[in-house]
Amino acid sequence: MRRTDHHRRQSGERQSVSEMRKFDFKRQHFAGQEGQLIPLLQQAQTIDGYVSRERILEIHEKSGVPLAQIYGVATFYAQFRFAPVGKNLIRVCHGTACHVSGAGSITDAIEETLGIVNGETTSDRLFTIETVSCLGCCSLAPVIMVNNSTFGNLTPAAVRKVLEKIRKLGPGEVL
Amino acid sequence: MRVLVGLGTCGIAAGAEKTYRAVAELRAATSVAFDLSKTGCIGMCYREPLVSVCQDDGKTFWYGGITPDRVERLFTEHFVQGKPVEEWVVWSDDGLGSEQAYFARQKRIVLRNSGWIDPESIDDYLKMGGYKALGQVLAAKDPESLISTILDSKLRGRGGAGFLTGMKWRFARLSPGIDKYIVCNADEGDPGAFMDRSVLESDPHSVLEGMSIAAYAIGASHGYIYVRAEYPKAIERLNIAIAQSVEHGWLGDRISGTAFSFNVKLKEGAGAFVCGEETALIASIEGKRGMPRVRPPFPAVKGLWDSPTCINNVETLACVPWIVTNGAAAFSALGTANSKGTKVFAMAGKVKRGGLVEVPMGITIKEIVFDVCGGIKKDKKFKAVQMGGPSGGCIPSELQNTVIDYESISKTGAIMGSGGLVVMDETTCMVDVARFFLDFTQRESCGKCTFCRIGTKRMLETLTRICDGQGKEGDLERLEELAVLVKNTSLCGLGQTAPNPVLTTLKYFRAEYEAHVSNKKCPSHQCRKLLTYTILDNCVGCVMCSKVCPTKAISGEKKKKHLIDQSKCVHCGECHKACRVEAVSMD
Repeated sequence: MRRTDHHRRQSGERQSVSEMRKFDFKRQHFAGQEGQLIPLLQQAQTIDGYVSRERILEIHEKSGVPLAQIYGVATFYAQFRFAPVGKNLIRVCHGTACHVSGAGSITDAIEETLGIVNGETTSDRLFTIETVSCLGCCSLAPVIMVNNSTFGNLTPAAVRKVLEKIRKLGPGEVL
Repeated sequence: MRVLVGLGTCGIAAGAEKTYRAVAELRAATSVAFDLSKTGCIGMCYREPLVSVCQDDGKTFWYGGITPDRVERLFTEHFVQGKPVEEWVVWSDDGLGSEQAYFARQKRIVLRNSGWIDPESIDDYLKMGGYKALGQVLAAKDPESLISTILDSKLRGRGGAGFLTGMKWRFARLSPGIDKYIVCNADEGDPGAFMDRSVLESDPHSVLEGMSIAAYAIGASHGYIYVRAEYPKAIERLNIAIAQSVEHGWLGDRISGTAFSFNVKLKEGAGAFVCGEETALIASIEGKRGMPRVRPPFPAVKGLWDSPTCINNVETLACVPWIVTNGAAAFSALGTANSKGTKVFAMAGKVKRGGLVEVPMGITIKEIVFDVCGGIKKDKKFKAVQMGGPSGGCIPSELQNTVIDYESISKTGAIMGSGGLVVMDETTCMVDVARFFLDFTQRESCGKCTFCRIGTKRMLETLTRICDGQGKEGDLERLEELAVLVKNTSLCGLGQTAPNPVLTTLKYFRAEYEAHVSNKKCPSHQCRKLLTYTILDNCVGCVMCSKVCPTKAISGEKKKKHLIDQSKCVHCGECHKACRVEAVSMD
């Protein structure tokens, strides 16, 4: 079935709209086709830091995939965020090793210091907290990741120091 | 001389990039000539940052804990004067080093190149005999006998289920279809497991070579690697490896002049644990919600884009080139009757030497925890190991002589799983552990099957209640009943195994559950709301506790015994931590 679609397209035959839609999104990118929904959403998030409604509309218009389907996919995967994040994204690891080594008290300390809970952004847009399942640094537990820097073997006191350090950075500086 | 700095994710987290820069700066500032490269994970995560020194005479020294301030001494003494700094050596091939015991029981097949090669250099991989197996397979032109070799080696899928790899290949080969696919499952979602990440970061070519061999066996010309987006380093190195092997003609069209063509694409996962399940993974590659479907038809018959598809785990594929080069007999000589070869374990939790170990199947839990990994941190009492992540279970210390093979582990109620092994000591509350895993599976349930979606939620609520001291008579029976229902009525592995952590802890640690429910006590002092703090007579009245108390629940005059108002106490434990004379008791 796919093979006939492919050949027809190559030979320039006309396709109906429904066929086109099927073609674009069932098609692997081996055939040289772009338009894979998840990579598009990932790209949108890389550019904007989150998946905005505008981007979703853009993907919908360019690809013809129904909006409901795009939202269905986007909301299924934990990676996609629908609100902008603060300047510093704090990812607190809650993997098994971190959990048994006291990740709970680390989260408590961060939440208490910043006055927000998991998933929220501070009003000065400086910090966002996100808990993740595993960062893969289990032997350094408990671990947090701020943007792309990892901090391991933490205690509540140590994590407060890390936050303090970030607060002191100048407007243009990023950890 | 060659100097390698371990720059896997855990190495980088421990500051190895700074060490690498310090070595590079010293090399630039002096005229000492040596080759400086990065390498992947040596496995000793507990001694990062690691530096390996390969002397021209063939001797190798591994140094542990090389922070930037130690670089200068290492440089002057070893690199310039040629005298190894013995106190920092963790392992060397002439028997020096503090960590010889860590390696003594290990047999490295999957990790054969980890820590020895630069993962971003195909030349390094070729020097270690890389792509020899693929060349051999292509020259023999006999996919049938290749499959027989893999069958004879009795290699079983390392992703968790333990299905015979050769059998999987045979099904895909026999399945009619023009386009066939091979998929490498690198969506390592188990919290506490990181061996796939480490293999991809340390030796990506061995996985690519294994994939090419698998593709040749089943007759596929396209392959996907489905890798977690949370592993940026692995993705980066895989991309480099793919480009290099295309350049060298080990991937692409008409590989080394034969009719065999094979292309590989990388697909980043988007953070869904359920996508580790084959049919959900396929849906995700197709750009859909990652929800499993009914099997049969199995992916070998109808998989990616309705074509025959073979899905293998990273570790499985990394074994393949070794089996082809060394023969099936060499692999099946290791292990037990039904579980052959080796298994990589990610050791974490309350264990002294946490990191990656690769041991032959058939070793006991006790040997791996005590002999290889040095026992429990701070010499506390060993309580249990958790194997198989959220799908697995807890094996108590009484069963520490259980041998590690698929059947023996299943008999305990846990599963071999992908190889996460979390060690727990007396301070770990098993009810809390069960709640932790259920919280994970409950969140990750895709929602398709009612019992998995709602049943796990109800189980989690019950467990949370028990941990909060609101447990009721009959809770444990209800948990057991629901657990069996969830297991029996779920479509995929996630739901079928989600109750395992609860069932195994109920089986082996029932007294601990009962203490929570009936006595409202947590024997391991972990469930915060069940703890009562009282001030003992040895209080010296230093007022430290009343200062730190966030709710002003502690009163008392200076130099006199203080008192906690239990109605105001929020069980935060700050007073217990602040007391210098151990006068705040916790029960």
